[in-house]
Amino acid sequence: MSKKSDNKAVSTKSNAPEFTKDEDLYAYREMLLIRRFEEKAGQMYGMGLIGGFCHLYIGQEAVVTGVHMASKKGDASITGYRDHGHMLIVGLDPKAVMAELTGRAGGLSKGKGGSMHMFSNEERFYGGNGIVGAQVSLGTGLAFAAKYRGEDNVSLTYFGDGASNQGQVYESFNMAKLWSLPVIYIIENNKYAMGTSLERAASTTDLSQRGASFGIPGEQVDGMDVRMVREASERAIKHAREGKGPYILEMQTYRYRGHSMSDPAKYRSKDEVQSMRTERDPIEQVKTRILDKGWATEDELKAIDKDIRAIVSEAADFATNDPEPDVSELYTEITV
Amino acid sequence: MARMTMIEAIRDAMDVKMGQDEDVVVFGEDVGYFGGVFRCTHGLQAKYGKERCFDAPINESAIVGAGIGMATYGKRPCIEIQFADYVLPAYDQIVSEAARMRHRSNGEFTCPMVVRMPTGGGIFGGQTHSQSPEAIFTHVSGLKTVIPSNPYDAKGLLIAAIEDDDPVIFLEPKRLYNGPFDGHHELAVTPWSKHEKGEVPEGHYTVPIGKAQIVREGSDVTILAYGTMVFVAEAAAREQGIDAEVIDLRSLLPLDLETIQKSVEKTGRCVVVHEATLTSGFGAELAALVQQHCFYSLEAPVKRVAGWDTPYPHAQEWDYFPGPKRVGAALKATLEAK
Repeated sequence: MSKKSDNKAVSTKSNAPEFTKDEDLYAYREMLLIRRFEEKAGQMYGMGLIGGFCHLYIGQEAVVTGVHMASKKGDASITGYRDHGHMLIVGLDPKAVMAELTGRAGGLSKGKGGSMHMFSNEERFYGGNGIVGAQVSLGTGLAFAAKYRGEDNVSLTYFGDGASNQGQVYESFNMAKLWSLPVIYIIENNKYAMGTSLERAASTTDLSQRGASFGIPGEQVDGMDVRMVREASERAIKHAREGKGPYILEMQTYRYRGHSMSDPAKYRSKDEVQSMRTERDPIEQVKTRILDKGWATEDELKAIDKDIRAIVSEAADFATNDPEPDVSELYTEITV
Repeated sequence: MARMTMIEAIRDAMDVKMGQDEDVVVFGEDVGYFGGVFRCTHGLQAKYGKERCFDAPINESAIVGAGIGMATYGKRPCIEIQFADYVLPAYDQIVSEAARMRHRSNGEFTCPMVVRMPTGGGIFGGQTHSQSPEAIFTHVSGLKTVIPSNPYDAKGLLIAAIEDDDPVIFLEPKRLYNGPFDGHHELAVTPWSKHEKGEVPEGHYTVPIGKAQIVREGSDVTILAYGTMVFVAEAAAREQGIDAEVIDLRSLLPLDLETIQKSVEKTGRCVVVHEATLTSGFGAELAALVQQHCFYSLEAPVKRVAGWDTPYPHAQEWDYFPGPKRVGAALKATLEAK
């Protein structure tokens, strides 16, 4: 089942499934929204409007976008702390997400959660989890609940290469296969677990095969190419939805920024980051295709960017001016 | 004498012990190549090699479990858990294995392991980077739990911990890494380089585990504090003009009850301060002990000032953090109580 993809290959592969005009334009817009949102969050962090921990998704946009394009309304998703993109892609209001980062009353968790802890029952988004790998067991439980209720929803359970070494991941794999649960384990392999590269932390680096001993199929996917992400996700989701059990997708991706805003990322070279940006950027790939095919002009793409910048700017204004929660909010949603 | 930050003092302690004892190894998440997210292990891998200072995967349970195995075999592992909030997957190993090794083997084996971890809030870390879990360790027989509040104590206590033949939980108040934060978040913190407690001797010395230190003498009320709260307590006493005696416990278990008892018998009043949540916090143990041992000297009920019984908040951090204002109010109330 394993499809190997070459890390260094420029991913305009001939075998990549083509997108329609609408699909490419959708992917462009959604990925650009995530990027501009994250750039703004980075700026606001620098200005002191966002404090503490803030993990940006820049570079990894194709993963959530491609997975989302292959999913349907009702599917559950859950992820770790690098979660802003996952919320934007399921349609959560950028204003409410940004206001949670700044800890305001209008934030998705009313300032209780911060950057790493946001949720939406409406969009079946189960967080936003600060503890590395903890969401993998939770995502397994989401799949159990969907199956138990006889719904055809699947659980999209995201985690990183670092989390993929956590013990509870393997306890979850075993249960998911044992009970044939509709869960897709999406490993966002951005090559660094905080400051430790995959090679320094993992005895085997083909993470798609981490479910092999449990009989869970897996694939390595070019996570910088939204078309490849969507295609693999369709295959995995179909497998799970048809009752065939869990599936692992190792998305080979890259984060351009440090692990968090306080990480200068000195554990990798500038050249490495630069070559990813210039050769494999997920948004540039789509943009080039759109222009080559004449689906939009430079001016039309600029208009989309302008539109997105306005949305992000509105979110930033809201998150800056919205009041802080009342002190009494400390003791709401507290039972004991 | 050189002045160091708490980070440098902690690193220096490991450096001293690694230089003296080949059995001392240092490992954890990001500690080797990267040098630790707070830089406490910076340079140790370059100096002692990858076999003695190395990275582990994000595997708290197996990191501690493997540490216990190493320790039982005769090594002296000094483990870093990146944030105290992350220790919970390893709690089973710490409680069920490390803490009981000596007792259940009837002394055949011991577990000379140190588990270091940054603790406490004040850095906008929210619920998974700010907690103070000391009480979950002090509740366990067989674990020593220490928490220094300055560079001198940090180095001396860490050396003592590494030399101890039994497991030691070494809590590092992360808000104190760079200076004696006193709860006044609106003001810049004096760096340790300009503070007398930043003075750290070269080479080997120890601060004994189980000895508290009176950091401010006074006669009207005793404040029991540790970690960041030591400086908050001092600030509160100073600002309220209260003649308070501030005791830095330094070691929670074993506890220096003698120093506490002497002080409370002198002052007749006691306020306990910690960052951790109130209910079932270590303050409850302290209040019970003071009540038991100093009952006939007490002129007022023992008062506790602690974090609220909520998850550590993202917004409203300074409403949660028991700063000088709240401690000051508790001191006044305790002095006025009849």
